[in-house]
Amino acid sequence: MAEELKVFRTWSSPFALRVVWALQLKGVPFETIYEDLSNKSSLLLQYNPIYKKVPVLVHNGKPLAESLVILEYIEETWKQTPLLPQDPFERATARFWARFGDDKVLPSIWNVFIKQGKEQEEAMVTAQGSLKYLEEELRGKKFFSGEKIGLVDLAFGWIANLVDVFEEVKGVTLIDHENHPLLLAWKQNFMDAPIIKESWPSRDKLITKYHAMLEAYTAKEAAAK
Amino acid sequence: MANEVVLLDTWVSSFGMRVRIALAEKGIKYEYKEEDLRNKSDLLLKMNPVHKKIPVLIHNGKPVCESLIIVQYIDEVWNDSSPLLPADPYQRAQARFWADFIDAKVQSVTRRVWTTKGEEQEAAKKEYFETFKILEGELGDKPYFGGETFGFVDIALVTLYSWFYVYESFGNFSMEAEFPKIMTWVKRCMQKESVAKTLPDQKKVYGLVVDLRKKLGLD
Repeated sequence: MAEELKVFRTWSSPFALRVVWALQLKGVPFETIYEDLSNKSSLLLQYNPIYKKVPVLVHNGKPLAESLVILEYIEETWKQTPLLPQDPFERATARFWARFGDDKVLPSIWNVFIKQGKEQEEAMVTAQGSLKYLEEELRGKKFFSGEKIGLVDLAFGWIANLVDVFEEVKGVTLIDHENHPLLLAWKQNFMDAPIIKESWPSRDKLITKYHAMLEAYTAKEAAAK
Repeated sequence: MANEVVLLDTWVSSFGMRVRIALAEKGIKYEYKEEDLRNKSDLLLKMNPVHKKIPVLIHNGKPVCESLIIVQYIDEVWNDSSPLLPADPYQRAQARFWADFIDAKVQSVTRRVWTTKGEEQEAAKKEYFETFKILEGELGDKPYFGGETFGFVDIALVTLYSWFYVYESFGNFSMEAEFPKIMTWVKRCMQKESVAKTLPDQKKVYGLVVDLRKKLGLD
């Protein structure tokens, strides 16, 4: 049977981008279906009834949701260009950092972007604490995964392009040369890496999108008071 | 090289219990160290500096943190018997999805069921019920979440059984009445020595929570 592989994504979702990168790095062909999250397709709802989100991977008719789960499936199914190390301890460490990114780094940076006043200040403290761990983790390494891009780099990929969008829209500094020289070097290496660099969503479109999001959120909060 | 396995944990943690079940399933000998979370040991702070939480598995001096990551690690290292995850990549992905769901949706709501009152508690209960309804749907008529054999998702969820009496008492509902399929599955899991010997008595957990609620100023 011919291999049928579909990826449901949006143009901007950083989580879906992880899946796209993983498949492209492994040279696995796939069909892309763009979703409009304000008008979700019946297929998306059928394939991801629990969360109703992107990304969804459908392999020979069988759906999978949650980007980190999908990445591990891709890694186990297509073994070329490995994204995870072989050693169980190193694998556990990679999984730890990927989860840390989604559970701690992303929410705190998001709160720096979306919140105001005291809530934003507290979020900044948390975010800086998290970023410090990332900076330390990069010591002696080009990528989080070592010499080559791996699962952890894909998981942190949003840091390479979205953080400065947040910084520009909000007028705040999250990552700087004094505190995060290694993270900035990683960002440049990741942004410029083959395959990765061809798939970034348009920065202008992201600026517009997040500008609108921040305005809408701020207005809603003001109205609620 | 000798296999030295140490587990930093607390007896009441439903996360720590997952690791203990996995270790028991594989027949792994280990040293158990009970942590006092109000006075964390230097070892814990050294082995989990990022989160400072239990459980932490220390294997030949190297730490592995986060209970689901630890269970996968155990499965990968001690891979000669009692597999905890399915062999098929798609089944494995489904197992990871549901274990992740349990952490994202179940573990996040249970605390609110026994620490809140009034409207907040009603909202928490509603979320709790919706989540367990989804889990009952996923279990269906299978003996275990993974199918014929006890595995990763069962381990992720069954540890909460020791806390059911807490949720029932403070939430004022009955798991047996609301989720009979889940309770049938629980009883099946409790037939396994690894589960029965790991899970503490529900009344003991309840006793601890009663004290905790007083300390938190809830009673």
